[in-house]
Amino acid sequence: MNAVAGAIVNLNHPAHTVDWSFIHLSVANVVVIALMLVVFLLAILLPFPGAARRAAARRGQTLS
Amino acid sequence: MSALPTAPPPASPPGPAPSRSWTVKLRERAVRELPPERLLPDGQPTYVDSWIYVFGVAAIAALILIVASGCILALKGPAWWHDTGVGHFFNSIHLWSVELFFFVMVVHLWGKYWMAAWRGGRGRVWVTGAITFLVAVPAALSGYVSQQNFDAQWISTQAKDGLNAVGVGAFFNVTNFGQMYSWHILLFPIAVVLLVALHVLLVRRNGVVPPFDIQTRKAALAAAATGDGARASTEDPR
Repeated sequence: MNAVAGAIVNLNHPAHTVDWSFIHLSVANVVVIALMLVVFLLAILLPFPGAARRAAARRGQTLS
Repeated sequence: MSALPTAPPPASPPGPAPSRSWTVKLRERAVRELPPERLLPDGQPTYVDSWIYVFGVAAIAALILIVASGCILALKGPAWWHDTGVGHFFNSIHLWSVELFFFVMVVHLWGKYWMAAWRGGRGRVWVTGAITFLVAVPAALSGYVSQQNFDAQWISTQAKDGLNAVGVGAFFNVTNFGQMYSWHILLFPIAVVLLVALHVLLVRRNGVVPPFDIQTRKAALAAAATGDGARASTEDPR
C-alpha cells in the first residue's frame, strides 16, 4: 500500500515551499488554501438543489 | 317585592404562591429567549437555500466526528493508535476530521464575513464564532504534540520558542506530554463544544443572517449617482 502511494506522490524529500518576502508556506498548505477559495466560490455560484422548485412553489402559494 | 339578601360568592381556594426560585427564573428566561418553535424550527427562510449556508452545520458534523474518534483513541492509548491497523484507521479519522473541521470553518467564516453576519443584533453570534476558531487552534496544536512520536517532538520543540516568546510557556508547556494531553482531551474539547453550543443557541435566537438586500442597495446607489446622494443612504437597514 505504501509502495502504491509512494508511486503516486513521492514524499521522500524535504517539503517544497513558497517564499514571498516574509511569507513562507509549504506547497501543501498553499494547495489547501486554494481549495478553500475554490469551494467558497462554488458555494456562492452553484445553485442549491431544489431551491428553484421551492421558490416556484412559494410564488404559487402567494399568487393563489 | 323585597330583595332577598344574597350570600357572598364562595372564595376560590388559594393556590400555591408563585415560586421565585432560580430554577423558575432560569426556565422562564430560557422559554422567553428560545421558545421551542424557534429552538427547533421546522422550516428555514428562503435565503437559506444556498450552499454558503451549509458550512456551519458541516463544521458541527466534523466536530462530532472529532469527538467520537477522539473518545476511542483516548480509551485505547498510544500503543494502539501507532501499532495496529484499526488504531491507524481511527488515528487517520481523527486527523482528517480535524482537517475537515478547519477547512469548512474557514469557508464558513469567509461567508459570514462577506455577508456581515454581525448585522441585526448578531454581534454575540459573530464573537462566539470567532472565539471558537481561536480556541480550536490550540486544541489542534495540543493534539499534534500529544501523538507520542517524532512528529510530536519536532512540533513541540519548534512551538515552545514561540510560546515562550509570548510569555505563556510557563503554564502551557508543549514539551510536557501529560499537560498537553490533559489540555487536548479535556479542557479544550469542553471549551470548543460549549462555545459551539452557545453559538448555535444564539443563531437560533437571532435567526440566520439574511443576505444584503441588493435591490435596496442598487436603488440607493442609483439615487446617489443622480444627485440625490444626500438623501439616499447606502447603509443596509438591517
